[in-house]
Amino acid sequence: MPIDPITLSVIQAGLQQVCDEMDLAFSRAAFSPVIAEADDRSDGIYSAADGSLIAQGARGLPVFVGTMQYSTRTLIEMIADGRVAAPKPDDIYIVNDPYLGGTHLMDVRFARPFYRDGRIYCWLSNTGHWPDTGGAVPGGFSASATASEQEGLRLPPVRLFKEGVLDREIYSIICSNIRVADQRIGDVKAQAAALKVGEARLNDLLDRYGDDVVSEAIAELRIRAAEQMRARIADIPDGDYRGIAHIDSDGVVNEPLVIDLTVTKAAGDLTFDFARSSPPCMGPMNSVIATTYSSVYLAMRHIFPDVPISAGAFEPLHIIRPEGTFLDAHYPRPVSGCAAEVSQRIAEAVFAALVTALPDQVTAAPAGTSGNFALGGHDPARGRDFVMYQISGGGYGGNADHDGLSNGCSTIGISKAPPVEIMEQAFPVLYHRYALHEGSGGAGKHRGGFGLDYEVELLRGHAKASFVMDHGRFGPQGVLGGGDGAVNRVEVWRDGVCHVPEHLSKEQDISLLPGDRVRVRTPGGGGYGDPRQRDPALVAEDVALGRYTPEDAAAKFG
Amino acid sequence: MSKGERGSVVGVDVGGTFTDLVMLAGDGSVRLAKVPSTLDNQAYGVLNALDQAGADLPSVALIVHGTTTTTNAVLERKLSKTGLITTKGFRDVLELGRRTRPQPYGMKGTFRPIIPRDLRLEVAERSLADGAVHVALDEGAVSDAARELLAKGCEAVVIHFLHAYANPAHERRAAEIVAAIWPNDHITLGHALLSESREYERGVTAAVNASVQPLLQRYVDRLARELAARGYAHDVLVMNGNGGMVSARIVAREAAKTVMSGPASGVMAAAYTGRRAGVPDLLTYDMGGTSTDVALIRGAEAAVSNEIEIEYAMPIHVPMVDVRTVGAGGGSIARVNAAGLLEVGPESAGADPGPICYGKGGQEPTISDANLLLGRLVPPVKSRTDADKTRAVVEAVFTEKLGKPLGLNAMQAAEAVIRIANMKMAGAIRMVSLSLGADPRDFALFAFGGAGPLHASALARELGVPRVLVPCRPGITNALGCVVADLRHDFVRTVNQPLDNLNVDEVHAIFADQIATGRALIEAEPIDLTGIRHICSVDMQFIGQTHLLRVPLDNPTPDRATLQDLFEKAYFKRFRVELDEIRVNLVNVNCSVIGERPELDLSTLIDPAGRKATLAGALMETRSVVFDGEACETPVYWRDHLPLDAVIDGPAIVTQMDTTILIEPGDRAIGDTEGNLLITVGGRNAD
Repeated sequence: MPIDPITLSVIQAGLQQVCDEMDLAFSRAAFSPVIAEADDRSDGIYSAADGSLIAQGARGLPVFVGTMQYSTRTLIEMIADGRVAAPKPDDIYIVNDPYLGGTHLMDVRFARPFYRDGRIYCWLSNTGHWPDTGGAVPGGFSASATASEQEGLRLPPVRLFKEGVLDREIYSIICSNIRVADQRIGDVKAQAAALKVGEARLNDLLDRYGDDVVSEAIAELRIRAAEQMRARIADIPDGDYRGIAHIDSDGVVNEPLVIDLTVTKAAGDLTFDFARSSPPCMGPMNSVIATTYSSVYLAMRHIFPDVPISAGAFEPLHIIRPEGTFLDAHYPRPVSGCAAEVSQRIAEAVFAALVTALPDQVTAAPAGTSGNFALGGHDPARGRDFVMYQISGGGYGGNADHDGLSNGCSTIGISKAPPVEIMEQAFPVLYHRYALHEGSGGAGKHRGGFGLDYEVELLRGHAKASFVMDHGRFGPQGVLGGGDGAVNRVEVWRDGVCHVPEHLSKEQDISLLPGDRVRVRTPGGGGYGDPRQRDPALVAEDVALGRYTPEDAAAKFG
Repeated sequence: MSKGERGSVVGVDVGGTFTDLVMLAGDGSVRLAKVPSTLDNQAYGVLNALDQAGADLPSVALIVHGTTTTTNAVLERKLSKTGLITTKGFRDVLELGRRTRPQPYGMKGTFRPIIPRDLRLEVAERSLADGAVHVALDEGAVSDAARELLAKGCEAVVIHFLHAYANPAHERRAAEIVAAIWPNDHITLGHALLSESREYERGVTAAVNASVQPLLQRYVDRLARELAARGYAHDVLVMNGNGGMVSARIVAREAAKTVMSGPASGVMAAAYTGRRAGVPDLLTYDMGGTSTDVALIRGAEAAVSNEIEIEYAMPIHVPMVDVRTVGAGGGSIARVNAAGLLEVGPESAGADPGPICYGKGGQEPTISDANLLLGRLVPPVKSRTDADKTRAVVEAVFTEKLGKPLGLNAMQAAEAVIRIANMKMAGAIRMVSLSLGADPRDFALFAFGGAGPLHASALARELGVPRVLVPCRPGITNALGCVVADLRHDFVRTVNQPLDNLNVDEVHAIFADQIATGRALIEAEPIDLTGIRHICSVDMQFIGQTHLLRVPLDNPTPDRATLQDLFEKAYFKRFRVELDEIRVNLVNVNCSVIGERPELDLSTLIDPAGRKATLAGALMETRSVVFDGEACETPVYWRDHLPLDAVIDGPAIVTQMDTTILIEPGDRAIGDTEGNLLITVGGRNAD
């Protein structure tokens, strides 16, 4: 007898609850603010057979939407062919190798086999962004790395916990190769504890409904999730849809990288072909295949937020592996920019391709950069070294319903930016401005949101500034007649002289002395629809509020 | 009123739909009233309620008022025109927020700042993080800015400078300058409500305060005048979001504290009821038409938070009862999605048109409609014929929209809706509970609100909660909260030092100062009190961590070893992790000072004279109600007729003016001396 739809709904909600509780447990106990405050982590349940995604926490970082199923699949394959030691109950594997189903090295995955009656029923896995995993620069975002070794310590899948006990030998190797190692034990224990929480809750669910019923429900939910995605994409007429996005440069060679995507709708499914994209690059803007896949999935989830995350929902989405392009990087290509920047350009290409077919759902391009600005140096007043990170938002794209949001979070993130007051408490800096990037919203019937405009001064000691940003050369795309959002701008003022990075949005180790300043203006969102159709009263309001100058408004909106 | 005198005490709560009133007369009798809220001027509803209760205002000793004036003003942005004077370079902080979006997925969404950009003006001044002045205050610019804001028609003004929590001198000086020009006292300083870092949160809190202050002031002034005209001779007290009350004369100074007034008073009533009933650990569950509020009470003390967000990107950082809103309410809509799966919510039919059974044009199947079909709810219509008609309409919709696609009949579909809704709500309640560090199984569920008691037994079963407490008057719990609330002042002082280097004497001195200040404030109020107590706690963390853990203290003079020990125990209890490797920070020193009001006997909320001697005497009818696909003949009792010590085995329905209580098969409800019903899940098997 087929499983009834009500039991299906109940088990679906139950599996979701297990994942949400893992997310909560991880964030609440984590040390690193990146996880505890910024929720740069994700937890999920993966199939025992091939690692395919069964359920994932609703508040996980969006960029992890598809990655862990690839890392779990790779782990299962490596166990099967003997490259990795076989699991025992209560083991936890650790892995951060980007080329084995990952993102960048800082995203550290834990995977725990979940046993029922002595057999692996499924895998529980989570990813947490560690503040540092070694490498050339603190934090791992080197703008000029040319090989993986410069980016940090690379861990193949090894059992960090063996039958519940932390392997102190492996752990001490890790700690000897990363910065601020003394606090990592807090994150390691939190990450492991979250999987333990998941195990307890999943056991409750299985005890209540029965292993066979839950297994059957998982299989049926997968089929139905595929149907749900197919129903959503059914509105798209058959045909080819092209979307192009540019990355300013790879940070090493100053030439744009092109993501050239053709989405084909045929026989009810979508096929994503990136084959015409740029070849692998020298600098760290390569993407590993798991991140490329995940970026497509997260873009589709932004378009259809009501379709739950599962392998079934991905089934109607066929991604042709873009071999020979920078979107399928192999060892030792550097990849630190893939999770924060390339992923957002991939999503932008998906939005650009599908906006004509789905004009009500898809928005114009959002700012789409994480805006990483790192300042590392020495603070003589406190007698110690420091590393400060400023991430920032930008404008979102206008859309069928309304203007874009200002200073929205990155497409792939959900984290808040730190307050100016907290930054000034912790680091020897003074902000002169934290303001709306005036004029940055792309013109349109519904205009783009505005970016951020900040300026910060080094007060004492010495420091080096590094930038990994994007959209410095090309503004976020307007659609359906709308104008592009303003580009990202970086200016470094040293001794009164302005320096603009040669790569516009990327540069590493610019020396600063007290009194030197950094000014960053982040991109505005793309406009949606013909600007001349914008309600004149709204144009007048934007001018009255100083968001555009009268001249700028006249030029853009007619 | 002079202390010791006995007059009647009135609690009146203005909700979105109804204004509820509880009056405890000097002779111990109780009167209740429920009238439609008058949202344009809530005072009319309050006066109507007083009339309906037959209150003789000259003999009323105390009126305590819960109001949604400020909540509605913020949510609908119907605010007083308010200006901002802030540090040069930072006027857009209130518009930029913390770089977020409303939902994790979906790139749409909008945000409206509390103060528009043209009313946000900058002046030269700057303090550093340690409080040192970096740029002197441009006093001329301050007076120019104030004049410009006045010319633009502003009624209230916020002065919000960077790092004013560390050095408020510039804000204070600017306030003097503005006060000399400003025609009223609606001047809010950024550091005044809560002196902590984070410029967006502090700024929004101040901006909300300023922009609701004139509205609240006008409202309470008018109310006080109207009441005085009818002979009321005392102060009106207003419920604050911290669950304490404050005189209407000064409430507007910290108007932001009233934005959670209604929900907070409900939780205070729950804490009070639970303590008297001997059930001090509660998860409160207030289910209304569109949403459900959940809060946690430990040892009869409501959990308090300094970080409430009342809607997307709208943080109010003052200590308030930590009430979390979860998705579903009675109006949540059920539908079958493209995967052929039944979903309930998040869309809601709201209050208008509302569920189909309201007969106001609702076309979508809701939780309330499902309850109606299953026989658990009587439709709000006048005659039996109308009831049958409504039922037929609901049944047709359930068959068409849910039953057919799911292969179920209307009754099965209705049961499925309830089952999914309960599971989702239980999951949401569990997440709230876990995020507050509590296992729901250690608590009893306190069910109130119009729809709460209908779902409470099923939720308790789903959550593994052993017991449900249903108070006498679940539908007027907020008004009751006003009657039982204490006077309360909360203090937070940031210390932020490693425990190893901490000057413990300084912590003791802070506590002593907080207690003395609170006492002085409370003793100044002319209210009959039985005592003043204080609750002390510290917020601690491991160094390197950003989350804080609140550690309750049983006295204000803890030594270092005690602090370390209490923190480690609390941390292990919460996270099951021991971290001997890492040092500990003490961040905040917190104290609440509470002026306790005389105890009230709650059993009189249901007129003792109306109670029958036996359960049979309270029986109204038996009705067919569906449980697990089976129609059961189910007795329906009238709550006001139940004997005080009633023992009711499920299935049963207890109905009353303000709610319907469902006792599921296998459960047992027992009445207590306070008039509560305590439902034990599976309690019938105890025989």
